[in-house]
Amino acid sequence: MRYVRPETAEEAADLLGREEGVSRILAGGTDVLVQLKSGLVEPDLIVDIKRIAGMRDITPEDGGFRIGAAVSGAMLGEHAGVKALWPGVVEGFELIGSTQVQGRATMAGNLCNGSPAGDAVPSLVAAAAVARIQGPGGTRDCPVAEIPVGPGRTALGKGEIITSILLPARPARSGDAYLRFIPRTEMDIAVASAAVSLTLGADGRVAAARVALGAVAPTVRLVDAAAECLLGTGLEEDALAALAAACSAACRPIDDKRGTIAFRSQVAGVLARRAAAIAHQRAGRTS
Amino acid sequence: MALDSSSKRVFKVVGTRPPRPDGVDKVTGRALYGADVSAPGMLVGRILRSPHAHARIRAIDTTAAEALPGVKAVVTARDFARLEGDKIIDMGEDRTSLRDVRDNCLARDKALYDGHAVAAVAALTPEIARAALKLIAVDYEILPHVIDVDAAMRPDAPVVLAGRAHENVPGGMSPNVTNHSEFGHGDLEAGFAQADRIVERSFTTAATHQGYIEPHACLASVTGDGRADLWCCTQGQYNVRDICADLMGMQASQLRVTASEIGGGFGGKTVVFIEPVALLLARKSGRPVKIVMSREEVFRATGPTVSASIDVRIGMARDGRITAGEAVLRYSGGAFPCETVDMGAQAAFACYDLRAVRTLGWNVLTNRPKEAAYRAPGAPQAIYAVESVVDELCQGFGLDPLEVRLKNAARKGTKSSYGPTFEAIGLEATLEAAKAHPHYSAPLGPGQGRGLSAGFWFNFGGNTSVSLSVNTDGTVGITEGNPDIGGSRASISLMAAEELGIPYERVRTAIADTSSLGHNDVTDGSRVTFAVGLATIKAARDAKQKMCARAARIWGIDEEAVLWEDGAAKPSGPNAGDFPPMTLAEIAAVSFKTGGPIAGHNEAHADGAGVSFGVHICDVEVDRETGATKVLRYTVIQDAGKAVHPDYVEGQMQGGAVQGIGWALNEEYIYGEDGRLQNAGFLDYRVPVASDLPNIDTVILEIPNPGHPYGVRGVGETPIVPPLAALSNAVSRAIGQRMTRLPMSPPRVLEAINAGR
Repeated sequence: MRYVRPETAEEAADLLGREEGVSRILAGGTDVLVQLKSGLVEPDLIVDIKRIAGMRDITPEDGGFRIGAAVSGAMLGEHAGVKALWPGVVEGFELIGSTQVQGRATMAGNLCNGSPAGDAVPSLVAAAAVARIQGPGGTRDCPVAEIPVGPGRTALGKGEIITSILLPARPARSGDAYLRFIPRTEMDIAVASAAVSLTLGADGRVAAARVALGAVAPTVRLVDAAAECLLGTGLEEDALAALAAACSAACRPIDDKRGTIAFRSQVAGVLARRAAAIAHQRAGRTS
Repeated sequence: MALDSSSKRVFKVVGTRPPRPDGVDKVTGRALYGADVSAPGMLVGRILRSPHAHARIRAIDTTAAEALPGVKAVVTARDFARLEGDKIIDMGEDRTSLRDVRDNCLARDKALYDGHAVAAVAALTPEIARAALKLIAVDYEILPHVIDVDAAMRPDAPVVLAGRAHENVPGGMSPNVTNHSEFGHGDLEAGFAQADRIVERSFTTAATHQGYIEPHACLASVTGDGRADLWCCTQGQYNVRDICADLMGMQASQLRVTASEIGGGFGGKTVVFIEPVALLLARKSGRPVKIVMSREEVFRATGPTVSASIDVRIGMARDGRITAGEAVLRYSGGAFPCETVDMGAQAAFACYDLRAVRTLGWNVLTNRPKEAAYRAPGAPQAIYAVESVVDELCQGFGLDPLEVRLKNAARKGTKSSYGPTFEAIGLEATLEAAKAHPHYSAPLGPGQGRGLSAGFWFNFGGNTSVSLSVNTDGTVGITEGNPDIGGSRASISLMAAEELGIPYERVRTAIADTSSLGHNDVTDGSRVTFAVGLATIKAARDAKQKMCARAARIWGIDEEAVLWEDGAAKPSGPNAGDFPPMTLAEIAAVSFKTGGPIAGHNEAHADGAGVSFGVHICDVEVDRETGATKVLRYTVIQDAGKAVHPDYVEGQMQGGAVQGIGWALNEEYIYGEDGRLQNAGFLDYRVPVASDLPNIDTVILEIPNPGHPYGVRGVGETPIVPPLAALSNAVSRAIGQRMTRLPMSPPRVLEAINAGR
């Protein structure tokens, strides 16, 4: 096994693009190292991207923030600007693992791990976040929602790495929130989850909304039909009930050791409804 | 000499709370656990495990692994010595056959469960060992498997092992049924005829793991002349020695076993899994071999508790009097025979004074790992089922569940449901204390429920050896042979200090290896504070007698005219002579001139372990939209006989409650259709984390055990018995639906809520 620590994203992409064996990208390592130790993967090449310039930076950009691919949960959780603009994104990411894991885990890593249950992903999807990707042939931007294509699989091509994620600017009177269901209170993986991002119009009614569900389909799912239930409403009881029903209907989960199809579908709706209420409250507080 | 004391004595040292003697080493990382011992030239041992739930092993080809550079030995079941017949090993709470231990350590003809060891390698590095395992070719013929206990009892079920049924199993049943038991007395039908209401329910409980933090680990070293040393993490080094010596064809005297510091056991480290394999590898390679299990191996191949299916039928009169109780218990302890159901069948109704009671127990083989003892083995499942039905009857009549239990409580003189007549026991006092506790009368909010359950455990005594040396500087060293899994070193030192009349700080208790002290039974059955404490008190009395004799010699008076009081020898009265008392330190200082070193010892089989009762009260709040249960408040009330070190007693009560809460809410072995374990890790095997729990409040009662000079009863096991029903009764009351299946994971609770909508 070879371990390399390139200085630039181009160099990293080049190394990964030319590797003929199994390769893994190492940022926080909270998934990769566990897989290595358990013998799940035996890579020929490990490319550590933490030392690449900009990877650990949080940079304001056009009213939003660009988050480097190696920014840890602990760093993001202490960034007042990001917390104020996208509290739901920060709270989703901070649910991952323990305090120790938070010191290393990254959002980009959570996204590239490809798990439908990744806690960082639904909020990013609801936020319409955009990943910047370095490949052997150059860079491209891709909505986060389009990165996962199946359990453990992403839309990234050979040699491509995510270098940063852009959390866009958002209008005043906006709020987002993320909730997950786990059988414990921490140190667990989502059985179902929901992220809601919404913006209120001048009339106090919902002018824009995005709803994303986790752990209830092969990938994190953006549910337009659920978001539509909120548009033009003040989150009255019937709107919330419609939201929950739309979410449950959009679920395509599996029965497994963590939960049943029926349970996941029902609880995804409950979580969406509760997350919408929190997002709504947050939106009302900002101006 | 007045060496005996009344159990109502006033204690000076016993009952205080000195800092734990192992605390500094453990928090600074200095304590040596099973994986911390190393030897020069040591090899890494790794075990190949079956990926199949049930498969015939047609052949194992190890030639490629043996040829890999860096591999020093490969072993399979064929490397064990031939056994001359079988042998039953008595381990207090558990009995097992030597042949089964051997076949569990390395599968012989069949792999009996996912994770069953089939071969092992010793290599220079972990990487080589891992690569070598991949080169071992096992030719498996996959066989049909059976995981569920009820399915395994059906006549057409796949047969795990044939010809293993005890004589007490009636003919015509599946060969998987290996043991049957029956307990009870009185006229059952007459009892049910007197009932105003009869509730009959069926329950299931999942297999749960002890969940100790430290995985099993050992280091084995075998010399060319046939002697061997073994360092391992175990609850009983003597048991390890005897089993390993038999399996290796060695004399027990030639194998020395040293128990490491232990990172939790709860009964799960009373079993031998890797030690004989490490010895085989060490003998074959000629080098020391260390084996450390991974967490995944611990889950797949070490003992969880039994899984159970239980039917209970109880009749109650309108006034709350139980008229008859009946239970049928079906337990599976995995792929090897066990008798755990006997203890469940005995414990099921032990809390009640009944005129008509009967329990039937069945032990059944399944393709699961061999069960190991887990805190009060067999009792939590049985009492969960009984206490659930009692609670439902109370609800049905609108009766207070505490009053009903008081009305029916077993007390001194009660003929117990399992035969013996109880001596002084603390159930009634425990129930009264629960009733008086502010928790029981605190108001509940909407969506909340309160559950109550009583619990019981027998407790054991057993074979024990203790040696106590009086050092010339006036300090005392105690050597005992039971690994300290619950604070026993502190408790033993406290009892010795009490008996000798010296400060606790002058006593140090150490755990001996098997060559340094006579036999000690395994640390189980809540026996150590009781039995080792008893032997320590007797060893201290032995030493006191010797010190009195030394003082008599110094004073030139008769030995009988000297007594021991307040840590010193004194003339027994004015007629004996007028001498100032000689303290332990003064006698010890001159001991080399008065006859040599002074030591006391005691070797005995301790009887008289007093049974123990506890009552738990639990408040929960259930999220009706997700089925999530939050434990809001939890109180444990238990009779400790005498709490030698109350911190540790409270720790046992809290720890047992927490493990029981995990068992009730989320912990379970989950198998796929292929018979493979799906959650072999702490992520999906969900023990409670700290934030899941409220503070566990404790109330210690002290109803002295007449079988111990200080009144001590074992306290370590009873506290895991009541939580299952306490939680289930609380959840059932909170959601208005009776829960009959553990764990009450959120999907199951939500399903019950939906069904009741």
